[in-house]
Amino acid sequence: MIIDVPRFVAAERPYWDELHTMLAKLEAEPERRLQLEEIERLHYLYERCSADLSRLDTFATEPRVRASLEALVSRAYSTIHETRAPAKIRWKAALLAFPRAFRRHLGAFRLSVGVTLLGMAFGWFALHIDARNKAVLLPFSHLLIPPAERVAQEEHAKEDRLKGLKASFAANLMTHNTHVTILAMALGVTFGAGTLILLFYNGVILGAVITDYVAAHQSVFLAGWLLPHGSIEIPAILLGGQAGFILAGALIGWGDRTARVDRLRAVASDLVAIIAGAGVMLVWAGTVEAFVSQYHQPVIPYALKIAFGLCEAAALTFYLGWAGRE
Amino acid sequence: MSERGTSLVIETPEGVDFSYELASPVTRAVAWIIDLAAIGVLTKGTDKLCEWLAHLNRDWADGLAVILYFVISVGYAIVLEWRWRGQTLGKRVLGLRVVDAQGLRLQLSQVVLRNLLRLVDMLPVAYLVGGIASFASRNCQRLGDLAAGTIVARERNAPDADMEELAPAKYNSLAAFPHLTARLRSLVRPEAVSMAVEAVARRDAYEPLARIELFRELADYFRGLVQFPEAAAEGLTDEQYVRSVLRVVYGTRSN
Repeated sequence: MIIDVPRFVAAERPYWDELHTMLAKLEAEPERRLQLEEIERLHYLYERCSADLSRLDTFATEPRVRASLEALVSRAYSTIHETRAPAKIRWKAALLAFPRAFRRHLGAFRLSVGVTLLGMAFGWFALHIDARNKAVLLPFSHLLIPPAERVAQEEHAKEDRLKGLKASFAANLMTHNTHVTILAMALGVTFGAGTLILLFYNGVILGAVITDYVAAHQSVFLAGWLLPHGSIEIPAILLGGQAGFILAGALIGWGDRTARVDRLRAVASDLVAIIAGAGVMLVWAGTVEAFVSQYHQPVIPYALKIAFGLCEAAALTFYLGWAGRE
Repeated sequence: MSERGTSLVIETPEGVDFSYELASPVTRAVAWIIDLAAIGVLTKGTDKLCEWLAHLNRDWADGLAVILYFVISVGYAIVLEWRWRGQTLGKRVLGLRVVDAQGLRLQLSQVVLRNLLRLVDMLPVAYLVGGIASFASRNCQRLGDLAAGTIVARERNAPDADMEELAPAKYNSLAAFPHLTARLRSLVRPEAVSMAVEAVARRDAYEPLARIELFRELADYFRGLVQFPEAAAEGLTDEQYVRSVLRVVYGTRSN
């Protein structure tokens, strides 16, 4: 037991100050690699300060000293016991982290695709049994026009209806779709229920639009309109759903005996990689939608637009499926 | 591992405990209001910039304004919490910090995740989901914190009290009895010492009667722990007695 606290504090304070100085340097330069002697010294100081804290615990008349020593020990603990590498953005690694994270959780992506397909089937079924359901399923004015009429309007347009609006239109698309994708991921915290509902609803809209245009024999227009941006935008939202289901899976932990906090910790960097990748994809998709997708034959031939969309889809498939494979 | 409500205790493999004092949902809400104001100011600044750019091209300026607003509202907390090791402007003002719930180093992925999940915590309005989660959670965690494995803690960087100013070492009659002062140090509760330090530091701000009453209660508590000889306490008012006690508890060094 410490009899003379002031003498104890005076004797130990130089060690606390030395540890504080070492930690401040390490916190300022987390990438810095310590020499063996420095590691040994850091460990010694940490153990000494931990022992001091333990001794003060039995004699706690110095709340401020105890609090500052506690803060010092917690900083040293986080530095010494952290096994994850300090984060530093390396572009090449980030470029490969995204497809690798995607491939590690293919099951969640398949679920995301499955739920969207189910929604599409529902959208098809709802329109198939009664075409008047279109007004309920597609609450967007430009989609309520009969497809043939819209195609005629678009193909015979004399003026560029997006003239002077393309950049702001693209910006609105990018931010809205990124918001939806982040929401699809974030709703995973509702044990996946929110993600499921959002993906299903997206699928319903997509299914209803496709049914509407195919039934009106406007499939070529539809492909030329949707593929250039949709081949990137739709997978990006599916990736958001994948991230949501990964999060839900870590929260629920089916058949996984590790603690929930460890499960979440294990998937955190994959979630960030996937959502960051999806965000970049949506910047591209927004640009294409504003500058390419809204222009139809004769301005841009459908064949060219469809080919462009298919090339994008192939490049994305190759990137997500093979980039960074070891 | 934890003590419900006010603090999170981490036990190290060395067998030493250290704790984080948890920030209450109300304090966090105040910090977020400050952050909202900061976001508002930043957005206003970018709007001004875009208004100026609109003279060159209205469409591109409008597009830039939309993107900058999105980037600022989503990225503000991510960038600051990463650059300032767990603090935004609001948290810095209120002395709060985001820390790893296991006491380890805060990772970029944790910062990103807790801030992206804000979208759900904000639902349906005014952080209702996050607020309910914080009140219901053992460690005052909103959903974003639960998913990212983080907590928001109060910083403990209070400077040591200036004992020379609060309780001068000179003419301390209690110091003449080292065996009794050692006993006093071993018995006194840290909360009582903190309270006495606060009382002495703010003594001039109290109403006269409240000041007399407060120091009487504190002096009674200290007298109840250790009985000093009458000669040592003779002529000391309750306030002087408390200051003398503080001095012997903190020792003779000047902090």
